[in-house]
Amino acid sequence: MNRRRIEEIIFRTLMFLATMLMGGVLILILIAIFRNGLPSLTWEMLTQPPKGGYYFGREGGIANAILGSLYLSLGAVALALIIALPVALFLNIHMKNYERWVNIIRFLMDTLWGIPSIVYGAFAFMIMIALGMKASLLAGIVTVALFILPIMIRSMDEVIRGVPDGLLEAGLSLGANRTEVAFLIFIRQCSTGFVTAILLALGRAIGDAAAVIFTAGFSDRIPTSIHQPAATLPLAIFFQLNSPIEEVKNRAYASAVVLTFLVLIISILSRYLSKKLKNH
Amino acid sequence: MNTAIRIRNLNLYIHNHHILKNINVEIPANKLTVIIGPSGCGKTTLLKALNRLTDLSPDIDISGQIFIGEEDILHTNRDITEIRKQMGLLAQRPFPLPMSIFKNVAFGLKIGGRRNKNILAKRVEYYLKEVNLWDEVKDRLHQPASRLSIGQQQRLCLARGLAVDPKIILADEPTSALDPISTQAIEQKFAELKKNYTIVMVTHILRQARQIADYIIFMHMGEVVEHGPAEQVLNNPKEEKTKMYLQGVFY
Ligand SMILES: Nc1ncnc2c1ncn2[C@@H]1O[C@H](COP(=O)(O)OP(=O)(O)O)[C@@H](O)[C@H]1O
Ligand SMILES: [Mg+2]
Repeated sequence: MNRRRIEEIIFRTLMFLATMLMGGVLILILIAIFRNGLPSLTWEMLTQPPKGGYYFGREGGIANAILGSLYLSLGAVALALIIALPVALFLNIHMKNYERWVNIIRFLMDTLWGIPSIVYGAFAFMIMIALGMKASLLAGIVTVALFILPIMIRSMDEVIRGVPDGLLEAGLSLGANRTEVAFLIFIRQCSTGFVTAILLALGRAIGDAAAVIFTAGFSDRIPTSIHQPAATLPLAIFFQLNSPIEEVKNRAYASAVVLTFLVLIISILSRYLSKKLKNH
Repeated sequence: MNTAIRIRNLNLYIHNHHILKNINVEIPANKLTVIIGPSGCGKTTLLKALNRLTDLSPDIDISGQIFIGEEDILHTNRDITEIRKQMGLLAQRPFPLPMSIFKNVAFGLKIGGRRNKNILAKRVEYYLKEVNLWDEVKDRLHQPASRLSIGQQQRLCLARGLAVDPKIILADEPTSALDPISTQAIEQKFAELKKNYTIVMVTHILRQARQIADYIIFMHMGEVVEHGPAEQVLNNPKEEKTKMYLQGVFY
């Protein structure tokens, strides 16, 4: 056997082992979550908030965290979208001839993307204190919107960047101005890609919502207005998992199952969409 | 000879590369002018300068004048979209708008403020007939334009450009992505359209230039080497470079 053949075998074995390890860990995590969580996923668990305090009460479920997570992430995605869509279009269409500036902005966005969400949480908390606000769903939405904004802008930006210049030129030659080209042509052209970008941000918003511990607080109750504090699934896991009480612990496992399930749906959906986009 | 476009001392730099070198040319009205020259000589750039699509390139530096009628479009106060509307653009490959066939043609009209449904329908039909596309698409006007063949898309793009009622048609190698039959369709259409429009077409296919050009501009390395009536430039070129190009010494 020559050297290249031996190398080939070694590397193939290493790669195989690494893949098995990855897959094994993933499966273990899923088993742990589902084995502990699935039995507790009763109708009551999904539809009732905890009763008698989330840390001691044996009754009730995680409806507060499920709805809190949904309100928070959907609100944040909506807020971020209102900002990200025009920004991404503007950077690519109106700033077309200022490429250098746009690249600097891209670099800043990528840096912001890499900052851990808890830092955004701390930042938003400081502002909240300065303004004398209390922890609320609204403050949580703003926090999450802040950290998904760079994600959304940059992924939309990449989608728009993939559009050939000829489409912009075609629109302009028909007498449209750049804003009309952006909103009448590019949004349609990029719609599938934009949905993928939105889903990517939504996944982050749901999964990373622990960062709102300072700003949205935590509550046993389902918020009825954006000025009330709200629970989220990641925090529901964090606060209830180390309880000595079995029923409370089960709420943490149930939260983990629901959270995993939501993230899974989102990622399958976006995979499906981006495949559809490629086949276009 | 009636002049439609008069280019005076046009110089264009991108990133400090001298792309167009002191160009002085007059493009006759209601004629088909063909810009020929080897690839990379600046034909596309010159064409784009005519409706200021060069504005989109970063680090561009442009000087000189381009008169369309009496107006120097490089130094006008008028809204650039108004200027662009006077010129239809046909690109190297078709870029249908992401909407239906009908809406592609209606797009320019709607942007221009025409909303009346009956008038729109009539105009769309008129321009689709104008490019001989109507019979092929009349039953599926509301399907996405992207489902048409490339040749049909290119004719759709021509119809869409004509619908905003331009005086000038700019075409950048409009047949280079097309099959021979679609190519012929576009060439024939241009031959008819020049009665009512000034057409400026870029090509690097000499056969095409011989067949349809009234007037020829020959470019090489960013310079206009020679320009004049097609017969004269093709049969009696004055410049050595033109002769060499026509003999196929370089492409
Ligand atoms: N955006 C740009 N940035 C830098 N150089 C460019 C740009 N656009 C065109 N050029 C250069 O300008 C020259 C002319 O290009 P072009 O007008 O496309 O030529 P043609 O259409 O005759 O093939 C080429 O050398 C090309 O590399
Ligand atoms: Mg070209």
